[in-house]
Amino acid sequence: MKRSINIWTGIDKISIVLFLLMIVMGWFNIYAAVYNEERSGLLDLSQRYGKQFIWIIASLILAVFVVIIDNRFYFFFSWFIYGALMLLLILVLIFGNEINGAKSWFEFGGLTLQPSEFAKFGTALALAGYLNTKRQNMTRLKVIIPASAIIILPALLTALQPDMGSSIVYFALFMVLFREGMSPYIFVSGLLMVILFFLTLLINNLYLTFALIAIAFLLVWFAIRKWKLWFIGAGIFIFIAVTMYMLDRYAFKSIGNELVIFISLILSGVAYAYYIYSKKAAAVLIIYLFLIGSILFVNSVDYTFNNILKPHQRERVNIMLGFKSDPHGTGYNVNQSIISIGSGGLTGKGYLQGTQTKFKFVPAQSTDFIFCTVGEEWGFTGSLVVISMYLFLLLRLIFLAERQRSVFSRVYGYSVVSILFTHFFINIGMVIGIVPVIGIPLPFFSYGGSSLWGFTILLFIFLRLDASRTEYLV
Amino acid sequence: MKDAFINRKYVIIALIVLASLGLIIRLFIIQVVKDSYRLSADNNVLRYVTQYPARGLIYDRNGKLIVFNQAAYDLMVVPAQTSKLDTTEFCNLLEISRDFLMERMKSAINYSRRAPSVFLKQISDATYARFQEKMFTYPGFYVQPRTLRKYSKPVASHVLGYVSEVDDGIVRKNIYYKPGDYIGKSGIEEAYEKELRGERGVKIFMVDVFSRVKGSYADGDKDTLAVQGLDIFSAIDLDLQAYGELLMNNKRGSIVAIEPKTGEVLTLVSSPDYDPGLLVGRVRSDNFAKLLADTLEPLYNRALMASYPPGSTFKPINGLIALQEQVISPSTMFGCNNGYLFVSCHSHQSPLNLEGAIMNSCNSYFCQAYRRVLENPKYLSVSSAYEKWKGYLNEFGFGNKLGTDFVNELSGFIPAGSYYDKYYGKSKWKALTIISMAIGQGEVGTTPLQMANMTAAIANRGYFYTPHIVKSIGADHTIDKRFTVKHLINIDSANFEEIILGMEAAVNGGTATVAALKDIIVCGKTGTAQNPHGKDHSVFIAFAPKDDPKIAIMVVVENAGFGATYAAPIASLMIEKYLKGETTNKDQEQSMLNLNLIQQ
Repeated sequence: MKRSINIWTGIDKISIVLFLLMIVMGWFNIYAAVYNEERSGLLDLSQRYGKQFIWIIASLILAVFVVIIDNRFYFFFSWFIYGALMLLLILVLIFGNEINGAKSWFEFGGLTLQPSEFAKFGTALALAGYLNTKRQNMTRLKVIIPASAIIILPALLTALQPDMGSSIVYFALFMVLFREGMSPYIFVSGLLMVILFFLTLLINNLYLTFALIAIAFLLVWFAIRKWKLWFIGAGIFIFIAVTMYMLDRYAFKSIGNELVIFISLILSGVAYAYYIYSKKAAAVLIIYLFLIGSILFVNSVDYTFNNILKPHQRERVNIMLGFKSDPHGTGYNVNQSIISIGSGGLTGKGYLQGTQTKFKFVPAQSTDFIFCTVGEEWGFTGSLVVISMYLFLLLRLIFLAERQRSVFSRVYGYSVVSILFTHFFINIGMVIGIVPVIGIPLPFFSYGGSSLWGFTILLFIFLRLDASRTEYLV
Repeated sequence: MKDAFINRKYVIIALIVLASLGLIIRLFIIQVVKDSYRLSADNNVLRYVTQYPARGLIYDRNGKLIVFNQAAYDLMVVPAQTSKLDTTEFCNLLEISRDFLMERMKSAINYSRRAPSVFLKQISDATYARFQEKMFTYPGFYVQPRTLRKYSKPVASHVLGYVSEVDDGIVRKNIYYKPGDYIGKSGIEEAYEKELRGERGVKIFMVDVFSRVKGSYADGDKDTLAVQGLDIFSAIDLDLQAYGELLMNNKRGSIVAIEPKTGEVLTLVSSPDYDPGLLVGRVRSDNFAKLLADTLEPLYNRALMASYPPGSTFKPINGLIALQEQVISPSTMFGCNNGYLFVSCHSHQSPLNLEGAIMNSCNSYFCQAYRRVLENPKYLSVSSAYEKWKGYLNEFGFGNKLGTDFVNELSGFIPAGSYYDKYYGKSKWKALTIISMAIGQGEVGTTPLQMANMTAAIANRGYFYTPHIVKSIGADHTIDKRFTVKHLINIDSANFEEIILGMEAAVNGGTATVAALKDIIVCGKTGTAQNPHGKDHSVFIAFAPKDDPKIAIMVVVENAGFGATYAAPIASLMIEKYLKGETTNKDQEQSMLNLNLIQQ
């Protein structure tokens, strides 16, 4: 009895209030999104709002269970939970039901479950568990690599379904690694990757490669500031590249220009390695590695885009980048969602009065595009309230995370923050057209049992950990 | 343990705050700053369905229905809402070819993707019924009920005019009209277009993403009802009009009858004419082309647009002017020796006074009287005397448009003095130069409507109301003020009496005895108008009864010969028909009906 009183007094009520407000507002917006004058009974189980009501009740029960369980359970079983969820992600690829071209669902009777929604808290637990044992060693590569592997494994499994949207969310966990001391260079690399990604789609691959090499040589000159050495280095590369090109042209005939350049860079690297090793020129090494990495990245993006992405995914990226504008084609969803939100004006059209919403101009409105209802019926005022609530919740969770004594709880807390933030930003950014259409739900708002339960568990484990932050886990 | 990276939380907080701020700014722009999305949302969901008012009906002066409406259906298309359709089934339903479908879709898209355009005009009831059942499978198509004109009798085409679809020029000029709308193109339909067309209404429906109607917008508060066009009560006597057209069958010419006391046009016949029903519906354009190509010019409204020399029917007015100018008196006698100078005359008693001259239609008399008018010493020159004479004619409504409710009436032609100056040289022309004007020949040109109006003015002894084809408009029976203005002519009514005596005598023993009627004193004047197109036009003006004129009439039968032979009997039959309701001289009627001047 003593403990449960402790939990109740220690648990963060602000977060709980925000959580409750969000699910209630979410339900009302789902009601509006699927509103149908003939079937307006609040608990009509054939309608989505009726079902969502059940999911909400279930999620509240789930939250209570999560809180009742001893906090040490999450710590000790973090790996087990992670392993079990990874197994589910593998099983869903084999036994799952295919809906909309993705094998993401298990079906039990009438209930469908999406394991990728639950894998998020599992991954957060595993990451917390791993970093807790390694303490502040995030500066070391041998800590960064396993930590990255924990993140990338579920991302890969989800990408195989294929569910690119859910897959991308895992990468947000690198924000946690950054907080725990990972080099900002990796962050910078990430940013560079984003820029290169866009450039790859925009510019011919070969020109981009040349440009990267030119920039690298420029940076090297800044690093060493010795003309003679610089010319020797450049000469080596040009000599090897020309030789390779000639060989390809008259002897092999099938290597291809991109590969010629890449091989030339690697061969030149052997010569550079001597210089780097003898002079301990770390800067040159970093530039060289960045160059190799960039070229590899550019080519793999190019390959992925043209050979791996499905046409509809390629379309989505294209639309987002403004390469194509086709209001009646692939851009239709975003177009209609922007119209919905934009037509809401300052104060909105009033609850159940949104014409775009009521007459189903926005597809998937109760799930990924639920924010349209908020924007259209509640206007800018409503949008501001919802965004403020998320911002407040995220800042509150950061505050909670920072007051944890254990690395485990803090890492878990930041994981919750980064996952919720990514969902929040990508989802709303998508419906207002500043982020590509990546189909991920808006936490606590979107229709769907799996996502609601997944987010509830994710949040309440942290609130449970926070409630007993004064106790030592081990 | 000291946390070396605690400050990194600020980086993360900054990232989250900035990202949220980015979302808020973007939302502010699309929700508050830009208006266009509201419009797009409305375009998505609101479907404006025009409610076409029924066009006003047209009645005759006795309340007999002449023009009414029948339902028709236009198939409309909004290209942006259409989906891929089963072309075979679609074409079979509508009985159209695939090529036609493609062509119509293309032109609809060219007009507008979002606005409706007419896909197929005036589909039949049967096609409509068949298509309606399947309509839900063809999103973007809907049926717009329209009305088409229908006529109780195939008569009065020139009076009523016709209705046709607006052309691009009208749509550009007048914002009221949209492509596919109808507009009155001539006659009453054109003159009273604004009254007849009514006011369009609009019903605003909300549709969902599949264009399914989900109910009315704002509970119908923003809808406007179509206001039916006003009914027009025409001045036409439908029976008389029909009878006139019958009499003029197979002849070229015109009949215009006016009620002198009001200026109301009782009958307006222009022959040959056409069945107004030919210019309705889908057959309209074919028939219109045929009528346009017809060498007899059935579309040409002679009553308003043909300029005839009035011939001897001009003599009463010249007599009036001479009397008013006091260059003759009723007892002034002029001799006639089978003519006057180079103007010949037929043989009759000589000399004659004014009454006798009108009765016998003596050319010599009127040439000499006209010479006195022009050589009146009161005026300094012939040309100023001529201007005075012309002034009287203008008062009668000659040489200018009368200002009737017809849009396309002609002004006729009364030359100004300057016209002769140009032709002969200034003051090089004398009374004798233009002496043929005395007997209604020469340069003078008048329309049948103007001649009928002159006859009405004579019957009224010196005034007239602008002739009008419409008696009153709408339930309130209003009428344009210009038709209630009495136009007084500066000629003493006593002078009119003298002229009328002559016209009475002409019918009772002069040149127009053929027009005499039992129990009704008809006053008339024959005319035989020489013209460059062949045989003389047979012309007759008359009014009756003499002391309480109820009808003033002008008849012209082109290239038929003497006025007494054809125009006078026709006018007489018309007068009797109007005043008595039936005709007694069946032989004359039969011979006029049988007369065919076109085949000759």
